[in-house]
Amino acid sequence: MSTPGRPEGEGTPVHATVQQAPLRPGTAPALQYVLRLGDTCLIHAQRLAEWCGRAPVLEEDIALANIALDLLGQARVLLSHAAVLDGQGHDEDALAFWRDEHDFRNLTLVELPRGDFADAVVRNLLLSTWLKAIWAGLKASADATLAGLAHKAIKEAAYHQRHAADWAVRLGRGTAESAARLAAALQRAWPYTAEMFTADAVDDAAQQAGLGPRGCDLLPAWLDEIAAVIDDAGTAMPVLGAFRSTGRLGRHSEHLGRLLCEMQHLPRSHPGAVW
Amino acid sequence: MVTALAAPMHHSERVAAAWQALGHVPDPEIPMLSVLDLGLVRAVEIDAHGVLQLHFSPTYCGCPATETIMRAMRQALEAAGLGPMQLSLKLSPAWTTDWITPQGRRRLAEAGIAPPGPARPFDGTAPIRLVRRPAAAPACPHCRGTDTTVLSPFGSTACKAYHRCLVCGEPFESFKPL
Repeated sequence: MSTPGRPEGEGTPVHATVQQAPLRPGTAPALQYVLRLGDTCLIHAQRLAEWCGRAPVLEEDIALANIALDLLGQARVLLSHAAVLDGQGHDEDALAFWRDEHDFRNLTLVELPRGDFADAVVRNLLLSTWLKAIWAGLKASADATLAGLAHKAIKEAAYHQRHAADWAVRLGRGTAESAARLAAALQRAWPYTAEMFTADAVDDAAQQAGLGPRGCDLLPAWLDEIAAVIDDAGTAMPVLGAFRSTGRLGRHSEHLGRLLCEMQHLPRSHPGAVW
Repeated sequence: MVTALAAPMHHSERVAAAWQALGHVPDPEIPMLSVLDLGLVRAVEIDAHGVLQLHFSPTYCGCPATETIMRAMRQALEAAGLGPMQLSLKLSPAWTTDWITPQGRRRLAEAGIAPPGPARPFDGTAPIRLVRRPAAAPACPHCRGTDTTVLSPFGSTACKAYHRCLVCGEPFESFKPL
């Protein structure tokens, strides 16, 4: 990664100073709001990239890598912007590679182990539908960088959503085995969807400042779109229990730490390395 | 000792020379097209300080060619001796395949890549349409047959998909309308 979100995106040094120790971003609500979105895109991309070389068919290998690449591009703009909002002179690379687990703000759903192909399809469907709604809200953001990105990213999210919905229906209407896998993957992912729509102070502040939408306001439209696909796939809608995940508050599952070990290994072992 | 200076270029000459230089900068992944064919350069202007300002719109957020393209454009402009310059990424308005020029479309077809159809305005409220349901299918760039089918909605680069022609049987790539 280097510097896409700022003027002069090429030719600038990767780091003005070489980061050598873990960093902690500030706690301002606007910064937290952007980190939540940026980290969700980044960690989702990292997990999806694990499918490269493992997908059931070559076309899907390419598709999942393409989707991961789009998400990584979105994460770069968001984390570059977060670094500006944070004002500590860091950049996207420092935020991605030098924060520890408790300073990541992604939804827990994206850090869960990649599971089987049905898990990948379900996760992509749930997240792309949610991201599409987020980007739709961000198009009117008072923050010009977020609004600019939203106009681009919403098209990418819609394309990802169509692909995931297509696969959900194919699995649901395929063999007894594929339908059972889809239903099981939905059951596994569903408890983690509540986090997308839980109201809190960061979301409230973002809405009041005109920065972006609150997750809780996106639930009805999200549920309508997901229900249409699940219905088409011939599967039942899961029921939400009392469990609430807390990744966007920095309290993660045991899986994020291991993901970060892999993702951060090289820059932490060789600070300032470029390739 | 005073060296004779070349007559300074007028602003309009400098801008015209910049457009001309950019016309020779190829896209690294689809080298038969220039960055101008793809509609990636949104504006070239001279600001109040005499700096050549170039605004560039990337295709996809994660397009790995973006930085290569910006480096190549800077080198082309420097080689043309166009003075101080600044290149900026511009995400909004978002790049659309509607900005690919008629020449770009012709070059795509000549390279065996079906050019994109018109991009529908996207407001985020359209219902989910499954890929299997027929969208506007691109015509085959080999035999011009219109009976084609999607093999994969994702291709070798972020901007392309794979199709197969049911008339001549050949597979081909298409530029996704965006």
